[in-house]
Amino acid sequence: MQYILLIYGDERQWAKLSPAEMDKMYAAFMQYSKALADAGVMRAGSELKPTSSATTVRSRNGKVTTVDGPFAETKEQLGGFYIIETPNLEKALEWAAKCPGAQMGSLEVRPLPPPHS
Amino acid sequence: MLDHLIDQVFRRENGRVLATLIRATRDFELAEDALQEACARAASTWPRDGLPQRPGAWLTTVARRCAVDLVRRRQASPSWTSEPSAEEVPGAETEEDPALISGVEDDRLRLLFTCCHPALAQPAQVALALRTLCGLATREIARAFVEPEATTAQRLVRAKRKIRDAGIPYEVPRPDVFPERLEAVEAVVYLVFNEGYASTDAQGLVRPDLSAEAIRLGRLLVELLPDEVEAQGLLALMLLHDARREARLGPDGALISLEEQDRALWDAALIREGTSLLDAAVAARRPGPYQVQAAIAALHAGARRAEETDWVQISALYSALLRYLPTPVVELNAAAALAMAQGPEEGLRWMDCLSSRAELQGYHLLPAARADLLRRAGRKEEARLAYAAALALVRNPAERRYLERRLLALDAAEARGQSEVLPPETPGTSPG
Repeated sequence: MQYILLIYGDERQWAKLSPAEMDKMYAAFMQYSKALADAGVMRAGSELKPTSSATTVRSRNGKVTTVDGPFAETKEQLGGFYIIETPNLEKALEWAAKCPGAQMGSLEVRPLPPPHS
Repeated sequence: MLDHLIDQVFRRENGRVLATLIRATRDFELAEDALQEACARAASTWPRDGLPQRPGAWLTTVARRCAVDLVRRRQASPSWTSEPSAEEVPGAETEEDPALISGVEDDRLRLLFTCCHPALAQPAQVALALRTLCGLATREIARAFVEPEATTAQRLVRAKRKIRDAGIPYEVPRPDVFPERLEAVEAVVYLVFNEGYASTDAQGLVRPDLSAEAIRLGRLLVELLPDEVEAQGLLALMLLHDARREARLGPDGALISLEEQDRALWDAALIREGTSLLDAAVAARRPGPYQVQAAIAALHAGARRAEETDWVQISALYSALLRYLPTPVVELNAAAALAMAQGPEEGLRWMDCLSSRAELQGYHLLPAARADLLRRAGRKEEARLAYAAALALVRNPAERRYLERRLLALDAAEARGQSEVLPPETPGTSPG
């Protein structure tokens, strides 16, 4: 089964990190990505630029509204994701717990349904 | 008569059969549907042909075939369906399949851990465990939750759906998460026990069946995990509490406090079993909160009369318990024990500190405990106010009657010029 690991964190905490702490974080993420790849479970993944760079689009009855910012103001913001493939939820949770993002923030683990036939 | 016998067989066998089916099919809903069909067939053929020698094996084999049929009807074809259809050998006694018999205990352990997986909300865990391991009907589980049957049915459907959609595996957890998962299982078992022990339904009756189910689960846990001393502690705790069941309620349905209970009504066999189980657990020198709570219960059980209770030891055990469970509720119990060991004023001082804690707002046992100590301290006016405060918060009818009786007795004691501990109720003097 495929699972998406949604990495939520407080952007303001992230912004407060010193350059050295930031480097350590990135190194940890790179190591984690490598571990996922070596284990053959990695399918996709990326950091996201902060919510200050986001734009939200809605289309209702043919009318399109475009606004600055994320879809909603939240205490923790989506900062990145991984898509992994594991035999079951337990394995996905095991990987999620090891993600550096789980230490400072929250990882939401959501299964992907099979392709709609 | 036969219906009743068949019901008993179902109750006894269904947990095992279901566990095996889930392993075979990896699908809770399919396994349940298949078992239900097998039971329906049993209900129609057993009265005619007699009970099979090994009903569990009969049910398992027939259920497996029903599962095959169900899957074929849905037009999927997993590899395990190369089996005869349930129609092909109608009503015949089936041979023992060794694969079905071995590993049954492992299956029940897998089932227990799967039901209590952290990906499921705790009420869902409880409902699923009661259904799949205890074989309770939806209607019975709904009574346990004090909610409409439809709500419970939905709860179960959603839980099984989550297991399927999220891919919760049917397995015993790996070593590094095993301790916390076991704690979750123990928490569910204890929750079920407390529901049966402390709560009542609309008629004000204790629901002993839930306590019995919890003890069954506790025994299963101990049987399947013989090295887990906290599981033994939990079982000991439940047995020791259950031993007092007959003495807890008066004829008027009011709760009888530990102090007032007729100890001749306590179940000596349960006390013996609980105590020896605890002794064995403690000998392993791996203490934990359930063992500590069981030790407290054992000290109560060991006192032939309330006056002989070793409150000093109990108070010390509560200090130990607080290290594991530093919660306001445990503090409240610790304060009550301290009061018995050192005098009501000591306990009251502690309880006054607790009254501002958010978790205890609306918790009737805080004013009830204060009222009790105030009564013992001779501070009757304050006791009266505290009982009133407790009565405003209490929901359980048996506990309400207990508090009302205490409040009435306060006034009666005042009229008689007494101020100390009240004698136990004697038959014929209680109202109604």
